Amino acid sequence: MKNPPESPPGPVPPAAPPSTGGSSASKAPQALPGRPARRSSGLGASLARMAAWRLAFAVPLLLAVTAGMFALAQASPFDPVRQYLGDRAVVTDPAVVERIRANWGIDRPVLEQYATWLGNLLRGDLGDSRSLHLPVAQVIAERLPWTLLATSAAIVLMLAGSLVAGALAAWRRGSWLDRVIVGGAFANEAAPVFWLGLLAIWVFAVKLAWLPAGGLTDAASTAVEVGDVAAHMVLPVTVLAVSQSSWLVLYVRESVVGTLREDFVTGARARGLRERTVLVRHALRSALLPFLTLLGARVPELVTGAILVETVFSWPGVASASVHAALSADFPLLAALTLLGTLAVVGGNLLADAAYTVADPRVRVLGVG
Amino acid sequence: MTAPATAPAPVPEPGAAPSRRPRTGPRWPVRLAAAVLAALGLAVLLVPPLVQLDQQLVDLRSAGLPPSFEHPLGTDQVGRDVLLRSVYGLRVSFLVGLVAALVSMVIGGLVGLAAGSLGGVPDRLIMRVVDGFTSVPHLLFGIFIVAMFSPSPVAVVVSVGVTHWTTAARIVRSEVLSLRSRPFVEAAISGGAGRLRVVRRHLAPHLAPHLLLATVLMVPHAIWHETALSFLGLGLPAHLASLGNMINDGQRSLLAGDWWSSLVPGLFILVPTLAVAVLGQHWRDRLNPRLRSELSL
Repeated sequence: MKNPPESPPGPVPPAAPPSTGGSSASKAPQALPGRPARRSSGLGASLARMAAWRLAFAVPLLLAVTAGMFALAQASPFDPVRQYLGDRAVVTDPAVVERIRANWGIDRPVLEQYATWLGNLLRGDLGDSRSLHLPVAQVIAERLPWTLLATSAAIVLMLAGSLVAGALAAWRRGSWLDRVIVGGAFANEAAPVFWLGLLAIWVFAVKLAWLPAGGLTDAASTAVEVGDVAAHMVLPVTVLAVSQSSWLVLYVRESVVGTLREDFVTGARARGLRERTVLVRHALRSALLPFLTLLGARVPELVTGAILVETVFSWPGVASASVHAALSADFPLLAALTLLGTLAVVGGNLLADAAYTVADPRVRVLGVG
Repeated sequence: MTAPATAPAPVPEPGAAPSRRPRTGPRWPVRLAAAVLAALGLAVLLVPPLVQLDQQLVDLRSAGLPPSFEHPLGTDQVGRDVLLRSVYGLRVSFLVGLVAALVSMVIGGLVGLAAGSLGGVPDRLIMRVVDGFTSVPHLLFGIFIVAMFSPSPVAVVVSVGVTHWTTAARIVRSEVLSLRSRPFVEAAISGGAGRLRVVRRHLAPHLAPHLLLATVLMVPHAIWHETALSFLGLGLPAHLASLGNMINDGQRSLLAGDWWSSLVPGLFILVPTLAVAVLGQHWRDRLNPRLRSELSL
């Protein structure tokens, strides 16, 4: 006879156990009857404390990054004006060269350049890109949405894919399915992402001719259309998602394998719950908590993956722009994009901490740092 | 390819306790990985002295040939043998990767040792710096460094070394912290041993295997970075047969259908990386059996 969950005999609490795992912000305070108001203000306060702590760390970090970039540029043997002029440098009037130098402000002492650059940065002026002949802010504004579109789609796909694959592998541990998933994850981890991208181009664009090999829209089209962009997105997004997923698949698998052994899962099985309910509602859910921080910690890898994938697929985002800027020694653009990448990492850490604070009461009560 | 022959007999019940596997020597993935690495190592050592590769040789009559008996893995777009060039490329990439890994380990080891043995405020300051370095995306920082200097092996080594020492620093620091409170270290300190002597006589021998393992695991990653930078056109000089340069060159002819000139060099990155990962996992299990993961590798 199957008992409904509301009348469980014995000490094992049936549905609640892993609730820290999936419970969202709104649910957590409600779960604790009695002092909801105080709890929520505690949550806000600890969120604020955590954010302040993170920001106190972020400001010196960003300063250090900018200072480091200027020091490297100063040590660089390249003359940016020569780089900019290319072959024309030989025939250009030295007076013109001097004028360019003065225009860019690179004839002044490096500390003054740095101070000017920082001051402009604070006012929102990122300078002009020397290779694209556009304000850096405009380059970023045009390209950032495409990068955000592609990476967020990849994150969603990666999360969904690795949750399913990892949970399946754990559920059928030792089976051929498990072996294929684990082996595939290890091979995937070892494969360079640009190689994966080329492989995908060869299979799906060259051999099967199902999908376009790169770019944002069809070469012949003049307008940006949704369907066209979507078709061009499939390969880069999938490759980025796949290349980032192996670690998460292995993580989910190990985590679910662990929780499948816990008492509450055995309890759920003993009560005759469906296997799918046990897997999804009990085991997977409580395996999810550390996921949040891990995801935030993966932002550097995501930036790396985006740089390579965008380059392979000629995706017009900020990540591929950094490669372009590097190839043409375009310091203002490269510096701005490096700073942007660092900001993304700091933001990722902040989000992960915030999610953790919301999800886990222990973090809230015991504090961080 | 890792899990298949693993010893844990298929567990019928997912919730059952982990099967205790009888371990009689390394399992076949470990042996296979060792064999593959040995074969690649021999090829990298022996092939270049035996078979000369003219870096500049261009033979347009045999350009873009598919795999055949004469060229087992085809030729690239200017008629160079892909297999031979890949072996040369692996040699270049391996050397650069090894040096870069050693550089990052030396930096990381020293920093970690300093943080762990000094403790207190210096430790916290040092670890903030480590956190800071971790916050800058590796490849982006590497790109920046290489872009500001010319594409050269030195620039690549510096850019990988400077961005990757943080892992080693963390490992060494945490080991030092745990070693510091062990009885034998306390006994040495009580016996009047100086800080330097404790480090040299008591900490270093315990740290060495961990650092060595971290170095070995870092080499494939450093190779990955070298190839990624070269692939982007920012790594080694374009005329050098490095794996990244080869993939970059072959990329253009991929759309014409010759897959071998770009995909084969990639396999020369993938296979050794996988082999090192398998061996590294095995070694880590032996260093610390308690940490043996559920992943039967």
